[in-house]
Amino acid sequence: MNYHRTLKSAVVAMAIAMPLGWGGIALAQDAVNLRMTIWSANEAHLKLFNEIAAGFTKDRPNVKVTYESLPFDTYTTALTTQIAGGNAPDMAWIFETAAYDFVNSGALYPLTDTLKAAKGYNLEELSATAAERWSKDGKLYAYPFSTSPFAMFVNNDAIKAAGAKTPAELIAAGQWTWDNAIATASAVGQSGKGGLIVRDFNYQIWQNLASVWNGWGASPWSADGKTCTMTEKPMVDALTFIHEAIFKKKAIPGPGENVDFFAGNAAMTITQISRASLLPKDKPFSWDLVPLPKGPAGEYSLIGQAGIGVMQAGKNAKTAAEFVAYMTNPENSAKLSQFFPSARKSLLNAEVLKKTNPLLSQEQIDKVVISGIATGKVIPGHTGFAQIQQAVRSGLDAVWRPDADIPGTLQKICGQIGPFLKR
Amino acid sequence: MVVAQDHAIPEGRSSSPFWTIARRDSLAGVLFIAPQLIGISIFVLIPLGLVFWYSLHEWNVLANTFTYTGAQNYRMLIEDTNLLEVLGATAIFSSGLVVFNLSLALLLAVLLNQKLAGITIFRTLFFSPVVVSLVAWTIVWGFLLQKNGGINGLLQVFGIEGPNWLREETTAMISVIVVQVFKNVGLNMILFLAALQGVPNELYEAARIDGAPRFKQFRRITLPLISPTILLTSIITIVGSLQVFAQIAVLTQGGPGLSTTVLVYYLYQQAFQFHFFGYGSTLSILLFVIVAVLTFAQWQMRKRIVFYES
Repeated sequence: MNYHRTLKSAVVAMAIAMPLGWGGIALAQDAVNLRMTIWSANEAHLKLFNEIAAGFTKDRPNVKVTYESLPFDTYTTALTTQIAGGNAPDMAWIFETAAYDFVNSGALYPLTDTLKAAKGYNLEELSATAAERWSKDGKLYAYPFSTSPFAMFVNNDAIKAAGAKTPAELIAAGQWTWDNAIATASAVGQSGKGGLIVRDFNYQIWQNLASVWNGWGASPWSADGKTCTMTEKPMVDALTFIHEAIFKKKAIPGPGENVDFFAGNAAMTITQISRASLLPKDKPFSWDLVPLPKGPAGEYSLIGQAGIGVMQAGKNAKTAAEFVAYMTNPENSAKLSQFFPSARKSLLNAEVLKKTNPLLSQEQIDKVVISGIATGKVIPGHTGFAQIQQAVRSGLDAVWRPDADIPGTLQKICGQIGPFLKR
Repeated sequence: MVVAQDHAIPEGRSSSPFWTIARRDSLAGVLFIAPQLIGISIFVLIPLGLVFWYSLHEWNVLANTFTYTGAQNYRMLIEDTNLLEVLGATAIFSSGLVVFNLSLALLLAVLLNQKLAGITIFRTLFFSPVVVSLVAWTIVWGFLLQKNGGINGLLQVFGIEGPNWLREETTAMISVIVVQVFKNVGLNMILFLAALQGVPNELYEAARIDGAPRFKQFRRITLPLISPTILLTSIITIVGSLQVFAQIAVLTQGGPGLSTTVLVYYLYQQAFQFHFFGYGSTLSILLFVIVAVLTFAQWQMRKRIVFYES
């Protein structure tokens, strides 16, 4: 009797427990952990990203998103090492210079269908020029979430103390040209402070000099990327101008000289507008933000980009693409644009940008941000960029000397990178 | 009689027991070295085999392709136009480092091998950079060596305009060598100090009685007796110099031009920056061969230059 009762109880217990158990297993199987590598460790950025991730998890309780901050300087190296080690993230930020490598290699999951299918996404409003570098055969492989124009931050106090004309005065007089900008920088440079700093260039990241040489219509290689154009007149003229500004006019700090604009030690710096957050709060100086000066080839602007891609190798590529669609939908793009200017047309208006960039005036937003994003060329990039970057950096070291033979050096550089460009 | 019974061979068995004393001893020996052997296999031998295997392939990490290319990467090694310059920079760095490091270490050891009050403070002072973090040490030197950095500031006090240390080919290489020597000279200094203190005093006394001057005593007594330590420190320093990376990465990134691009840094660039893991592995094999040949040559040389080796 007892035996039968025990047997019955066991059967009933199993009947109850088994579906629960299967349910548990099913739930565990459905649980998806997504990891995104990023190069920012900024607390405010991470707070916003976590809020967006929490919003996604609210709709999809089985999905958890985490962010892994990798060091900025070695970001792409760390990312590819993770991929080589079989530990690829589900999603990754990608620099504009590395975009061609990632897009052309097939490492990324195509996003177009997922983004188009997302409710209210409106992919059409993403500007075509912004998406160009991140697309292949009509498909978008990474979403350019940050499209940030380069502009000139100005320390009016330092310029006035040196008795030079401020960029605002030059703009008002219609004289905001590279010649006059360097004259101002030279006056400050010779007064003991730094003149003009191309931020992050540091005689290594030469692609940032596009913020100057684009004014001459110069480019390191042809539009199809196959031919080196560094020996052509615009590039020779632009680099000769920069060389004179460094070594003759003392308008740009020379190699090995460290000057920080945001500490108030220089007249001007070319950088992206997101660096406005570095302006000093304790010892503020009178600052301004102006467009890049006009070069011999006319007015121009330059933009830096960052994309989010989904790794094809990831187990949950489809879910990761859905998260990217959520993270970059119009609502979240508006939130992100306080740090990362969006390339969505609906967000490129003075009203939205004023809210997200409280430090900037209406005029600065109109002239620098909106116009910059609308007309700017993206920083140079190429397939196999790291190798090309290194070869050009190494070659340009011969230019950063007082007695440089600029045309001869550029000839040598073209000889070095020519075979890499043809690959 | 009892002993004979205990070890009596059982009926039907003609051979001795398997676990003889010799076999037991062998097993114990193998068990003792097993942890080290397993460690070496996992962390040295298998990776070495894998690196050789990778060197025969083209590995595109992004496209996730791994294609057998045979000797292609080795052909590339021969045709690499930068390699000669890289090997030249490596040779200059290594020879400069070894000569400067060993001479300075020996000089410091001789100076600090005195029975003076407070000498331990000086010994500690010279040894302390060895325990400082390499990257932190290099970053600080990076600031000091800037054109408007601390060293040129100091020179300016004396009316000297210092060079742009890290931006000129000759001074960049000298700077990297000096930074590395100052970091590690304390280690060799301690080894030399220990060796110097092992030289018997009676030999110097006898030499003094015979009227040998101080330099002759050093050349004829000290140097021969500390020659095993000279060999040891030179091997450690040469092998260490071939593995230099952080200093180059922080101070010069291989520039100006390729003047400070040593083999390890070049290997890192090829594998991790340009994503040519196959070619990077081939360069690793080249580095391995260079280190092996140099170490072997030094051991061979010991027969000629090392005296009184126990």
